[in-house]
Amino acid sequence: MSDALTELLLAATGEAARLVPSLPGEYTLECDPASWVAVATALRDHPQLRFDQLVDLCGVDYLDYGRSEWKTLSATGSGFSRSVNRETAHAERAPGTRFAVTVHLLSVAHNRRLRLRAFCSDDTEPMIDSLVGVWASANWYEREAFDLFGILFAGHPDLRRLLTDYGFIGHPFRKDFPLIGEVEVRYDPIKQRVVYEPVSIEPRTLVPRVIRDDNRYDPALTGR
Amino acid sequence: MAEIQSYTMNFGPQHPAAHGVLRLVLELDGEVIQKADPHIGLLHRATEKLAESKPYNQSIGYMDRLDYVSMMCNEHAYVMAIERLLGVTPPLRAQYIRVMFDEITRILNHLMWLGAHGLDIGAMTVFLLAFKEREDLMDCYEAVSGTRMHATYYRPGGVHRDLPREMPLYQVSRWRNQKDVDRLNEARAGGLLSFIEDFTRRFPKAVDEYETLLTDNRIWKQRTVNIGVVTPERALQLGFTGPMLRGSGIAWDLRKKQPYDVYDQMQFDIPVGVNGDCYDRYLVRMEELRQSNRIIAQCVQWLRQNPGPVMIDDAKIRTPRREDMKGDMESLIHHFKLMTEGYGVPEGETYAAVEAPKGEFGIYLVSDGANKPYRLKCRAPGFPHLASLEEMVTGHMLSDVVAVIGTQDIVFGEIDR
Repeated sequence: MSDALTELLLAATGEAARLVPSLPGEYTLECDPASWVAVATALRDHPQLRFDQLVDLCGVDYLDYGRSEWKTLSATGSGFSRSVNRETAHAERAPGTRFAVTVHLLSVAHNRRLRLRAFCSDDTEPMIDSLVGVWASANWYEREAFDLFGILFAGHPDLRRLLTDYGFIGHPFRKDFPLIGEVEVRYDPIKQRVVYEPVSIEPRTLVPRVIRDDNRYDPALTGR
Repeated sequence: MAEIQSYTMNFGPQHPAAHGVLRLVLELDGEVIQKADPHIGLLHRATEKLAESKPYNQSIGYMDRLDYVSMMCNEHAYVMAIERLLGVTPPLRAQYIRVMFDEITRILNHLMWLGAHGLDIGAMTVFLLAFKEREDLMDCYEAVSGTRMHATYYRPGGVHRDLPREMPLYQVSRWRNQKDVDRLNEARAGGLLSFIEDFTRRFPKAVDEYETLLTDNRIWKQRTVNIGVVTPERALQLGFTGPMLRGSGIAWDLRKKQPYDVYDQMQFDIPVGVNGDCYDRYLVRMEELRQSNRIIAQCVQWLRQNPGPVMIDDAKIRTPRREDMKGDMESLIHHFKLMTEGYGVPEGETYAAVEAPKGEFGIYLVSDGANKPYRLKCRAPGFPHLASLEEMVTGHMLSDVVAVIGTQDIVFGEIDR
């Protein structure tokens, strides 16, 4: 099925999309944000593909991808201090590679799955066309991605925040948003209402991110 | 004459029929729904972001707390995603244990749904009956993991430990005399597997009992037939999965279509609805109770005859046995490294989905090679279901909103995450 499906996918989507390597049995298409809706529509309507269901849509922030917090080669003398507020310098990335929208499609007719992804071209105000016209289930998923990542979906009928509090500021799932948040909330007995204040606790990293060289997973050795 | 206008009503977030913390802003014309706008997120705990800050194994417990009435199914999707990236396959016995507990979980979930749905639209008795059987299944959870709900039992590469030989027994107390204790302990004396086997023998009778109360009940039918009808085409468009999709007549079940673990070894049928209304979805779930029971019985048979390991033998992934650590230096080092840093997962991305009781529960996992997930996304089945609430209730009466919320089997742990 694999090669036939690969050709089929490329034929249906044309120049706009390319196949990226993924695990055996999984297929990932990456496409330009400009042809996002066109590719999606083609995948849904092609008689041999018929991806009739949008199973999932989510944003991904690639800002810190591949960056480890603790270098094991150089840190043997220094160790890792956990309760330090490290003002992390984020890695320089090529523009247009930070925010991605990833969609998981399912073809009930042909029993196939496909992952479709597009990177937003603007990193400060990421924007992409909405898929609500193609699959109705995209509605809330796009609201969620807007809420958590700040990705704007052009043409969405009702792009409001979904999961965060009324009046929330910021987009919490971005990698530069602290895990402990920006504000804390308490009841003020003098004002007799709930007040928001900047967080009083310090960010802590309990376990540092470590990326080790592991030749068990080396593609050249495992052939994956 | 005064013009009669539609008015807005706030339903929840503290409403017994809202199944948790749903705030629903309804616009009504008399008693007919014009618009329904669910406000969700009151239970948002940023599980996905928390998981990004912890080694892989420390997030298994969070999965239990997503859909907190189908705990082990959530864990299953999560460990399957990690296993796919690691490229490991759990031993056969572990796969059978997982399938058995997935089905126990399905019965747990459907009984909870049946009781709550019944209670919502006016049937008190079935709630009490359903919770009687749930109690026994919770005891199975407890016997195997030590916890009645949030088990944290599955691990990448298998399950935490093998099935226990003994079940905890009831003791004589001020509330239970010797006669009661003997009756309660009768099925427990033979250990966990015979307790489960005993359950599978008496459970079909219990389902019959629920059905005599509801299936031909005139009030039940008046409340559910032709309420919240969804056509098959629309169900696909709206992203429905599980009983919601099957109730609309599409025979789609991941256990059959994309089998994982040992589901391809199991004999069971997929019930499918015809009209796509609340009553059909009720019938589908009732039949699923019976089919799950069949699967459990098959697993018990197999597990009886086939002892073996329940965890892969890879010291870099599984935690070493406690007694090995006392005398073996290498086990001690592995334990230290796995407990502090965890294991690295090779770079890549995967999507692992299981047929959870509510529909397709999927985990999209992106790893950059570190000891923590780079991005974790939980695809909760209830999320698209609730998103379509407005479409399902518009034009119905106010009281039907409760029936539709019930039929969608809403749990906020997974929707808000």
